[in-house]
Amino acid sequence: MAVLVKIPTQLRAVTDGEAEAEVGGGTVGEVLDSLFDRFGDLRERICDDGDLRRFVNVYVGGEDIRFLSGLETEVSDGDEVTILPAVAGGR
Amino acid sequence: MAVDALKCKECSTEYPLDARFVCERCFGPLEVAYSREEDVDVDALRRRIQAGPQTIWRYADFLPLSSPPRSALPTGFTPLARADRLAERLGLGEVWVKNDTANPTHSFKDRVVSVALARAQELGFEVVACASTGNLAGAVAAHSAAAGLESYVFIPADLEEQKVLATGVYGTNLIAVRGSYDEVNRLCTELAGEHDWAFVNVNLRPYYGEGSKTIGFETAEQLGWELPDRVVCPVASGSLFTKIARGFEEWIDIGLLDGTLPTFNGAQAAGCSPVASAFAEGHEICRPVRDPDTIAKSLAIGNPADGPYALELARRTGGGIDAVTDDEIRDGVRLLAETTGIFTETAGGVTTAVLAKLAERGDIGADERVVIVITGDGLKTLDVARGTFETHEIDPSLEAFEAAVPTTVSA
Repeated sequence: MAVLVKIPTQLRAVTDGEAEAEVGGGTVGEVLDSLFDRFGDLRERICDDGDLRRFVNVYVGGEDIRFLSGLETEVSDGDEVTILPAVAGGR
Repeated sequence: MAVDALKCKECSTEYPLDARFVCERCFGPLEVAYSREEDVDVDALRRRIQAGPQTIWRYADFLPLSSPPRSALPTGFTPLARADRLAERLGLGEVWVKNDTANPTHSFKDRVVSVALARAQELGFEVVACASTGNLAGAVAAHSAAAGLESYVFIPADLEEQKVLATGVYGTNLIAVRGSYDEVNRLCTELAGEHDWAFVNVNLRPYYGEGSKTIGFETAEQLGWELPDRVVCPVASGSLFTKIARGFEEWIDIGLLDGTLPTFNGAQAAGCSPVASAFAEGHEICRPVRDPDTIAKSLAIGNPADGPYALELARRTGGGIDAVTDDEIRDGVRLLAETTGIFTETAGGVTTAVLAKLAERGDIGADERVVIVITGDGLKTLDVARGTFETHEIDPSLEAFEAAVPTTVSA
């Protein structure tokens, strides 16, 4: 099963400049693990003790995974997973 | 103070002072780091501030700019009004209103935009942009127009008409996104990676946030270089709330102010209260709100970037974060207008309603000096006043007037 992961500019230093990666996995957690297999330095950038760091947002098809099932959120073939830093502006 | 670097609030990694907002090591937010010289002559510093312009630039020593700042619109140094009638109505001792409706585009957003735009110009940007719930939109459009820069303003499509009109008039590129503010913000975060634009609240966010410190500076200066005992302030992203405290801390640290931080009370609307909920539940991080539903649209950020820091500040100072309903917000707008003559947008209704709630709960001591921060003008959210009062329509005659209007004052 192939999922397209979109990588923000801040992480491209550890993805050899790649802005997207196609990886496998049935859940967001598995997708991220596949991504870490390919880009080893990525893990510690966005994960801490196996959980996502608190300022990392992950979206599946535009929906924040915290509104779904977190890292257990299921993904299917052709889904798009987006990683973004959690800044909100304001007002 | 010397501006040293951008520094991660989470892991302290330092970066150069360019357009970046997120730590590449841990994704934490970046903040401007300063160092100050030893043995500051505090009296000389105070005199220099007092001799400065009647704008935020009197505090240039505490802002992250490398050259003397200039802006065409006069931002800041807004009135701090003593509100005895409001205090009396609520059974409080001393209440002051920091009236930030008195800014060039009628909200506190002029402060953050003035600083971010000045820094954007120093960095050579020619296009300015933002994600906004309205007040920031107007400020970015106006300050860009005054500076002769092109601007792109992204707003949720369901914004109040007054805010849309008061933004478009400046000739900006106005983009109404069919989605919530958080979706607008996500889009802008992606766009900031693709375009070489200065998004004031995305890639310029560390500088932008510094502008909010000036509310703290002004408040202390206007109180005669003293700290208030308590600050009540609206919380959307949590940036303003935490930066006011940062301003106080910088001045305590350098010796311009004596004492400790005031108690900080945050104000949210019940229809979008991720920070108030986390406070009530004892959590350190906020669970995002997916579908904000409140008349206080300028506070409708479901996923607040500085939520964890706002929680930490409220707990550290013995304050709290409260939420109020739409009806309480309308009552808050009326209460402030009737007792102070200040017409605030719904966000100020939230703040005033939380002040009333704290007073009713007995949380505020009789001898406390309380400052409430009113961040935007009521003309931005006029609908909230509709239907809350009666208009007497009469024929132009004395009889018609006497018949229609109950007079309480005898001739």
